[in-house]
Amino acid sequence: MKLELKGITKRFGSLVANDHIDLVVEPGQVHCLLGENGAGKSTLMNVLYGLYDPSDGEILVDGKPVVFKGPGDAMAAGIGMVHQHFMLIPVFTVAENVALGNEATKAAGFLNLDETRRKISEISKQYGFHVDPDALVEDLPVGVQQRVEIIKALVRDAEVLILDEPTAVLTPQETDELLDIIRQLKAAGKSIVFISHKLREVKEISDIITVIRRGKVVGSADPSASPTELASAMVGRAVSLTLEKKPAQPGEATFKVRDLTVVDHNGQHVVDGLSFDIAKGEVLAIAGVQGNGQTELTEAILGVQPHVTGSIVLDDVELLGKTVKQVLSAGVGFVPEDRKIDGLVGTFSISENMILDLYDKAPFAQGIGMKPALIASHAEKKVEEFDVRTPSIDVAVGTLSGGNQQKVVLARELSRPLRLFIASQPTRGLDVGSIEFVHKRVIAERDNGTPVMIVSTELDEVLELADRIAVLYRGKLVGIVPAGTSRDVLGLMMAGVPEHEAELTAHKTLEGGTHV
Amino acid sequence: MSTTTTQPGGGTPAGSAPASPGKTAATELVSWKAGIGLSLLAILGTVLFGFMSNSKSAGFGIAEAANEAASSVAALVTFVLALLLSVALGYLWFVRRRSGLASGSGAVSGSGTVPGWLPPSTVAAVVVLGLAALGVAKVSKITLPSAAIGWIASVILLGLAGYTVYLTQAKKATPRWVGGTFAAVFLIGFMVWIVAGGNGDEPSISLAGLIAGSVTLAVPLVFGSLSGVLCERVGVVNIAIEGQLLLGAFSAAVVATVTHNVYAGLVAAAVAGALVSLVLAVVSIKYLVNQIIVGVVLNVLISGLTSFLFSTLLTADPDGLNKPGRLPPVDIPFLSDIPVIGPILFHQSLVGYLMYIAVIVVYLGLFHTKWGLRVRAVGEHPQAADTVGINVNRTRFWNVLMGGAIAGIGGSFFTLVSVDAFSKDMSGGRGYIALAALIFGRWNPIGAFLAALLFGFADNLQSVITIIGSPVPSQFMAMLPYALTVFAVAGLVGRSRPPAASGIPYVKG
Repeated sequence: MKLELKGITKRFGSLVANDHIDLVVEPGQVHCLLGENGAGKSTLMNVLYGLYDPSDGEILVDGKPVVFKGPGDAMAAGIGMVHQHFMLIPVFTVAENVALGNEATKAAGFLNLDETRRKISEISKQYGFHVDPDALVEDLPVGVQQRVEIIKALVRDAEVLILDEPTAVLTPQETDELLDIIRQLKAAGKSIVFISHKLREVKEISDIITVIRRGKVVGSADPSASPTELASAMVGRAVSLTLEKKPAQPGEATFKVRDLTVVDHNGQHVVDGLSFDIAKGEVLAIAGVQGNGQTELTEAILGVQPHVTGSIVLDDVELLGKTVKQVLSAGVGFVPEDRKIDGLVGTFSISENMILDLYDKAPFAQGIGMKPALIASHAEKKVEEFDVRTPSIDVAVGTLSGGNQQKVVLARELSRPLRLFIASQPTRGLDVGSIEFVHKRVIAERDNGTPVMIVSTELDEVLELADRIAVLYRGKLVGIVPAGTSRDVLGLMMAGVPEHEAELTAHKTLEGGTHV
Repeated sequence: MSTTTTQPGGGTPAGSAPASPGKTAATELVSWKAGIGLSLLAILGTVLFGFMSNSKSAGFGIAEAANEAASSVAALVTFVLALLLSVALGYLWFVRRRSGLASGSGAVSGSGTVPGWLPPSTVAAVVVLGLAALGVAKVSKITLPSAAIGWIASVILLGLAGYTVYLTQAKKATPRWVGGTFAAVFLIGFMVWIVAGGNGDEPSISLAGLIAGSVTLAVPLVFGSLSGVLCERVGVVNIAIEGQLLLGAFSAAVVATVTHNVYAGLVAAAVAGALVSLVLAVVSIKYLVNQIIVGVVLNVLISGLTSFLFSTLLTADPDGLNKPGRLPPVDIPFLSDIPVIGPILFHQSLVGYLMYIAVIVVYLGLFHTKWGLRVRAVGEHPQAADTVGINVNRTRFWNVLMGGAIAGIGGSFFTLVSVDAFSKDMSGGRGYIALAALIFGRWNPIGAFLAALLFGFADNLQSVITIIGSPVPSQFMAMLPYALTVFAVAGLVGRSRPPAASGIPYVKG
């Protein structure tokens, strides 16, 4: 099936998310859409999948124009989509999820799940998926959930499969498995639209690359282009993909975590017996796939997790059991993983957000009163220093772009003298320019002699910033390795393989020559 | 931070990885709730049933049969059938359990485990067997010595509470049968104590009458909670059940009087309930107004409207507008002759039989049909439903309308079955109790039905013991349903998990 988009335009009010986009997807081809977060890739695919009505332009299937009123129409035309956030119902079984909307029935509308189970095992056999049709989706690992999504599309005879940021939640090994699946699908004659901003994967899998920037197609690229070329095309200016930094000069270890265990409300050990140190002037990066205890670890240090045991010592003072306010005043700077929910008050102005943690202390407060003039001048200074692009310090923070919001959070957290700096997913959703800036500030703080802890699910970021890397898997520490450790070893460790075994396996694979 | 610590009972949202799936070392956070709760109840039981028991006996009358011959034949047939069924189910249970243990206790979806429906069905079959046996043996009354039964019950209760505390101490989960047995023993002890406390030398009550009355009182509650199930399963909170019951009652009375046809009244009640739902659906689904607020406003509005119409129109012309006549009880041949069970289950009005049908239809529909799968998907994850081509808001709209119609039929019970006239605010808060039954029954039609029966029982017990005279002021009995609800909502009966998208409007895109 040949799919064509002609002049697709989508406006949300005055915002033009897609501006006259043309795209051709040939059968048996992997077509990559490369672009930064917010470039309009997902919007385009939602138009194609019938979730949004295009403001202008048309969609052609095998040369004939079609109109999709909803996802049902798109599916009927042979388009399947695996969303970035899986569209699976957690409390349903695999079979129920696959059947939904496309149910096989017996008399009087009674479900015939046996028929669905049969189809699932047929497809599982064909592509080598190992999926139990009767497992509850919420009990399945993310990689398997993604396969369920692919099965959902295949059961509906999809000829074009759209994968929206499919690797964001996968370990490097799961990513490799997914890429294998994509190759099989391609061999079976399906077309794949692969949306990503990760250059490595895009280069590895695609037949043709279309680069999108600010809602427009800015050109196509060949998979053989260098990562720097691709990144420059994506961002629109020359970028350097490597950060210049001096080697770390670690001092004494002032931050010590011992046997830290966090139990969640279900009784699961989400953080399980962690022990590590961070020295002054050193960056310890916590690597791991999303949901392996990173969030709970940072929240335990900050003091917002309820069931925590063990010990967290900063400068010989026990932090465990202290209130958040006490922890902050002990000199802990904290950049939370979701700036919109935990980092900022969206409807407050920039200047108010800059002093969220200092509002009751001198010099910003005196008795019960606050000093607006001083707060404003403080904000002006910080906006300048952290290069926050804003018309004024009085605009609501929620109206700024992601990169500028993150700069406000950083400015606030770095404006106090720190004894420990924790940043969780510091560059999630930021453009390349802002990433560069954030990384530089993190390294500057390290060079000030502050112990720094970075939590990131992006291996690139971990490798870029870390002096040492601690890998978490299911709440446990798999190992702490030096900064120069290879991607393959780290990838295996992120899947729970212990360090020495990971090194052996990675070595073998390299010798076998099957791995790029 | 709100992202992870307070995921309100709804499970992990799709997309973000579940915190630690599978084989992570889990310390069961065994809650002390059950241990403490059962201990307190056991002590209360011991004080009441043991220390405060008297020397009298409690009599429980078994139904007096209208037709002696038919009754004994029916009893015998039921006895034989129940015996066969009990043996068959018990055997199946035993076999499944053994093969389950043999294949390893860790098997979750293996074929060797006991299916969830088996234990309750077996217990039900045995109970029916016991009742039929009473009929076969022509026992017309059971007399139990209050002190002896009270002490036996107290010892069992204390034992079970102790066992629970022991298990909690050892960090083990309490098996489900403990709670069930505890409840049953507590109920028996309570009934004996309360009846023996009545006036006269040998106070007694009619057991069949008590239970039959409970079923009757539960009818509007069951309809109300089914309405709640239909709405919440599709993601709309229906607080307006109270209003739907009330407008149903009012419309049934007026239309049945005007048309001289009670069946027309029944239809009018359904339409009236659906009408209330229509407002709820349009305002909350299309205009995204907070569902709870709309529901409460509707209740107040309908209470005011019906009160106004009642005091102006209906009281002015009661014969022409408020004399609907009644739906008579209908006996089902043969089945209604079974002792005890017959009069309870098979001597109902049309509305009563509709209730049984509605429970079964809603249950099968929700869990075994294409329609139900879509409905539950919309209530759990509307975006997911949308992406497979299901029209979320249309599904919600029709379900809410259907829920309203069902609650409306429940409302007709007040004016066509219970009393044959409408009076001010006659639903008396039962719509809210129906909501409680819905939560108690964990958003499941059968659970909601059983919870509603329990509330109906407490309601009926209150009036029965007022008649025979008892040591407990009837106001305390009137409190019972509400106290049970608080326990249920507090999670004493296990964690209940509402549909994840319940109460959240769906906006496309």
